Amino acid sequence: MTSVANSTGGAGALPAPAAEPGKSVTGTRLWVAVLFLLPAFVLLGALVVYPIGYSIWRSLYDADGSGFVGLKNYGDIFANDATLTAVRNTAIWVAVAPAIVTALGLIFAVLTERVRWGTAFKLIVFMPMAISMLAAGIIFRLVYEQDPNLGAANAVAKSIHDTFVSSSVYPNARPNAAVSDLKPSGGGSFTTTGTVRAGTPAMLPLVGIAPNKLPGSPENARTASGSGVTGTVWLDFKLGGGGTKGKVDPGEKALKGVKVEAVKGGKVVASAKSGADGTFTLPASADGARLRLPASNFSAPYNGIDWLGPTLVTPAIIGAYVWMWAGFAMVLIAAGLAGVDRNLLEAARVDGANEWQVFRRVTVPLLAPVLVVVLITLMINVMKIFDLVYIIAPQPSQDDANVLALQLFLSSFGGGGNEGVGSAIGVILLLLVLPVMFVNIRRLRRERQR
Amino acid sequence: MRTTSSKNGTRRAARTAAALLAGALTLALSGCGGDDNKSDGGGSSESSSGLKLPSLSGQTLEVAAVWTGAEQDNFMKVMDEFKKRTGAKVNFVPTGNNTSTFLGTKIQGGKPPDVAFLPQVGVLHQFADKGWLKPLGADAKAQLTKNFSKGWVDLGAWKGTQYGVYAKAANKSLVWYNTANFEAAGISSTPKTWKDFLTTAQTLSDAGTPAVSIGGADGWTLTDWFENVYLSQAGPDKYDQLAAHKIKWTDPSVKDALTTLAQLWGKNDLIAGGNKGALNTEFPKSVTQTFSGDTPAGMVFEGDFVAANINGDTKAKLGTDAKVFPFPAVGSDSPVVSGGDVAVALKDGKGAQALLTFLASTDAAEVWAAQGGILSPNKEMDQSKYKDAITKQIAQQLISAGDNFRFDMSDQAPAAFGGTAGVGEWKDLQDFLRNPKDVAGTQQKLEADAAKAYGSG
Repeated sequence: MTSVANSTGGAGALPAPAAEPGKSVTGTRLWVAVLFLLPAFVLLGALVVYPIGYSIWRSLYDADGSGFVGLKNYGDIFANDATLTAVRNTAIWVAVAPAIVTALGLIFAVLTERVRWGTAFKLIVFMPMAISMLAAGIIFRLVYEQDPNLGAANAVAKSIHDTFVSSSVYPNARPNAAVSDLKPSGGGSFTTTGTVRAGTPAMLPLVGIAPNKLPGSPENARTASGSGVTGTVWLDFKLGGGGTKGKVDPGEKALKGVKVEAVKGGKVVASAKSGADGTFTLPASADGARLRLPASNFSAPYNGIDWLGPTLVTPAIIGAYVWMWAGFAMVLIAAGLAGVDRNLLEAARVDGANEWQVFRRVTVPLLAPVLVVVLITLMINVMKIFDLVYIIAPQPSQDDANVLALQLFLSSFGGGGNEGVGSAIGVILLLLVLPVMFVNIRRLRRERQR
Repeated sequence: MRTTSSKNGTRRAARTAAALLAGALTLALSGCGGDDNKSDGGGSSESSSGLKLPSLSGQTLEVAAVWTGAEQDNFMKVMDEFKKRTGAKVNFVPTGNNTSTFLGTKIQGGKPPDVAFLPQVGVLHQFADKGWLKPLGADAKAQLTKNFSKGWVDLGAWKGTQYGVYAKAANKSLVWYNTANFEAAGISSTPKTWKDFLTTAQTLSDAGTPAVSIGGADGWTLTDWFENVYLSQAGPDKYDQLAAHKIKWTDPSVKDALTTLAQLWGKNDLIAGGNKGALNTEFPKSVTQTFSGDTPAGMVFEGDFVAANINGDTKAKLGTDAKVFPFPAVGSDSPVVSGGDVAVALKDGKGAQALLTFLASTDAAEVWAAQGGILSPNKEMDQSKYKDAITKQIAQQLISAGDNFRFDMSDQAPAAFGGTAGVGEWKDLQDFLRNPKDVAGTQQKLEADAAKAYGSG
């Protein structure tokens, strides 16, 4: 709107043809022009100029709107950690999201030109644009769900992980801390404090697994016997509780296949696996060693990536944004590409440039104006990003995903109820958008003059 | 011409349908009324409770509250009874989650509802200060003093004037447990003290059950955890001081309470899903993962409203599969932290006062209790009217606390501190759940946020 007004103003400043006073270039009377412009001015004034003015005025008052506080609200903003995180995150958004979206859009546009089913592909990539931000937010909230059974992202992460690392038989099992001398020895393994002697069976009671959830059909445990270095690994808990802790009571189940290592002076001298009745036998050389249950016995099942945790939440939401807007960038760039003179590309190829050089040296420079438009439009769009963040970020990490527009909403209406601070954030947001707008207007004007 | 006639035809059909529907509705309503008559024993209860209500036939009253769905239906049953006795029709206006904002705009727009239920004490104070509330009339006050203990009466008053009736209460000091898991772990008695509680949790965990389910993705469940521990450990006086921010959050008593909490929150093994899992668990999920699924958890802490989630989202049966015990005593006594909705009049007139009088009566409390899903702080009502044994047990725990119960602290605090997702106490306790070692840092953050919120509010 402003750009049009400015450019007509610019046109008016050109050396005008000698006209009658009170008449413009086109020969309309001034009052007629004013009359026609009036509705637009009234609307603009009521819907744009007045709210901006009111926001600035409001930002100088306190929460109630009754007391004048000067620039205190602005001071509060920069003294508040939440707002500073919001500023930082908005900066990340502006720097990262438009660039990725434009780059992806460019790649899609250039590639779809060459495939037979280009239109169908474009249609699919463009489709997310048809969804509201709110719906997209809900979709990605589900995609990023922590539980691999629910969240698509973690389902993928888990299946990749599990192809390379096999999970343990007894995840989450642990020694019965009350009666066992097995103590955590770093990295998830447990080592006895005492040493094992031949003829005295070692007792390694474990707990933390439900007796009815043991894999297979486990046998009852048996106390090891014999003169060698032996011991028993078993589940020191039976359904309904009871029994003596640290003793193999009747009905308590054996834990088969647990790896037991004999450690002497920090070095593994022997190792064995427990049998079906939970007993294991180590060679005589293990006499006097300490017993260690390595972490591989207990490693918890891989639970995927914490997408919406404090560290990854902003990149994850940017991912959702890219999914939505890549199609938009692609369509605009493809339109620009259609206007590129094919002869130039052909000439470059004839001159011996390879495809990458053609893309890099000819296509991209020719598309530069379109790319700038896309980039700037996205930048303005990203600065006021709100809905995706509000919906995708779960409560505990909302602070870490905070952006300015969200902070504006939260401090005005989200319980803080301080519309003064909210207005101040709004004004700051406006100041941040202005340079981008300025660049955009300059560029538009230059284009018009060309 | 043809189009007009066909249009007339459809219109006539629609009218017939509407008439039929209306007829069906009247039938259904009168059916309900008939039932109520029988269970109430007609007008006899009216005389026995000594409740006198004016005739308001032809009047229409508006009541605003946060309830929707079944809660709203249950309340409307009470209003049906009111209509039967006075002839006044009651329209229900749902307020949405932000009650104070909704009512604020209504009042400023000059169209307040006659009666509104406010979910927070702070809102009552705020509205009273602005002169938006009408004081309680003599009849309503008489019912109130007759039927309610002093603690509940005083909660509805502000600066010496009685404004409200706490017709609906919540008991937020309950631990719900999965009986099957307790049996499998061989636990025969429910824990009475915090130490027992931790031992029970450890036993459950040893038996392979995720011991305690915490809905940490919702900050308010964590504030309730803290309040129960604090009330029991530091006592009601300290609790009141902290609620009014007369002592700071850096007080040693807060340190003790957080340290106590850390005895549970700091043990990854005892929490369903570990600390990280708890932070990803919303309150409804914390209930469903205790009573359904492959490896249900052992215990889940929250108020009486958990019953609604158990009934609605799981197959567990209250009283057999799911049972409840009072929050364990950290200090000398088990805490009773409560919440509730206070009915206030926003308009002058006989109608609003009559409705408040009715709500303060035992008659209303009994009709409401019979619908289920609500607790009444009305100590004179017939406790046997509660729909099920569990609710009765919970209600009795609440009543027997006498005046030693305390109102939810975060509901007394300014919304920016105690009632907003992602900031203030909610956020700080979530951070504490993420890192339960950092007691001092948590205290400092809490104090900084509280100072800001109480200062501006």
